[in-house]
Amino acid sequence: MQNRLAQLGRTGLRFFERLGRAHLLLLALLRGLPDLLLRPYLVVQQVYAIGVLSLLIIVVSGTFVGMVLGLQLYNTLVDFGAEASLGPVIALTLVRELGPVVTALLFAGRAGSALTAEIGLMKATEQLSGMEMMAVDPVRRVLTPRFLGGFIAMPLLAAIFSVVGIYGGYFVGVGLLGVDDGSYWSQMQAMVDFDKDVVNGVIKSLAFGWVVTWIAVFEGYDAMPTSEGVSRATTRTVVHASLAVLGLDFVLTALMFGVD
Amino acid sequence: MQTKTLEIWVGVFIAAGLAALFVLAMQVSNLTVLGDDGGYTVKARFENVSGLKVRSAVTVAGVRVGRVSAIEFDPMTFQALVSMRIGARYDELPIDTSASVLTSGLVGEKYVGLDPGGDMDVLKDGDEIMLTQSTLVLEQMIGKFLFDKAETGKGE
Repeated sequence: MQNRLAQLGRTGLRFFERLGRAHLLLLALLRGLPDLLLRPYLVVQQVYAIGVLSLLIIVVSGTFVGMVLGLQLYNTLVDFGAEASLGPVIALTLVRELGPVVTALLFAGRAGSALTAEIGLMKATEQLSGMEMMAVDPVRRVLTPRFLGGFIAMPLLAAIFSVVGIYGGYFVGVGLLGVDDGSYWSQMQAMVDFDKDVVNGVIKSLAFGWVVTWIAVFEGYDAMPTSEGVSRATTRTVVHASLAVLGLDFVLTALMFGVD
Repeated sequence: MQTKTLEIWVGVFIAAGLAALFVLAMQVSNLTVLGDDGGYTVKARFENVSGLKVRSAVTVAGVRVGRVSAIEFDPMTFQALVSMRIGARYDELPIDTSASVLTSGLVGEKYVGLDPGGDMDVLKDGDEIMLTQSTLVLEQMIGKFLFDKAETGKGE
């Protein structure tokens, strides 16, 4: 019984220790941001590795998500003679929810896992300790550019996802199923509100970019410096980041659209 | 050379992302339809505005000229006080314009339709529209219709 309690206490303490370390790392990351003004090329490299290399999967999934939405919603809406609402429904779904959320999930799988594995391997092969020996702060040199790169890339990816999805839905709805071209766009413009929908979507994607890259960078930096530790850290990144995105999405949605 | 191509790709990526945001703002959302730049507010009292929401459209002759900016309950008159923000371009509405709460389609959303009068004076910021017509509540209409039917049936 006592052992059980001690076990529980240990687990709790370890959890809060990790949480504390994560926040200390976040503070160090934020403190390192001004230094990047001197070395912007570090961020450019990371925007390339995190953002540009994720473009293909984002564009392809965006197109298909939009096309599937078009197909499914058309079949439902046409029963009510409301297929003219296809445009606004697709746009609202993508801009408010699917754009930021699906992009963040793909981003956690594509870019987050790569970040963790890279940083974890750097730690395992003692490159980070090597930097410290040369009086180079690995947090500022390695982690902060990656954090900022992810934070910049994520909202751009989410916006691209939404737009590509809306055109995917347009292709299926207007091109294949014969929804009126004019009503697709005009109804969309009538229903989608810039302040309420588009801006909130962008805020969501900023929050998700922040959380996913923070988790990815922390897991890599906090990984056990063994091959097993790195593999575990990579798995944890994807799982925790995805769960964090889904949970945070509910909280943000409740804050943004719940109280109306 | 290597850095150059990398920078170009990052440039393309950021440009594409910003272009996507621009499309969302301009093509997808209502930002272009009517911004909140300037304009003036007029008020109107209605007996019943059920279904009307803040940001519902205000139209003249079917053309959107503004939005509902606030809906309040006036405890003195037991009426709904609706504030409407009209675009600055549409500053020629006569003072005896009437307002009614209408429905687009049979079950569509509610909007405020303005019907311009013939007065020479125009509506200005803070003015109140005196002639109003409330929304049609479907249950009441059906109730009246049935009652009417029953009345005529009794005579025969």
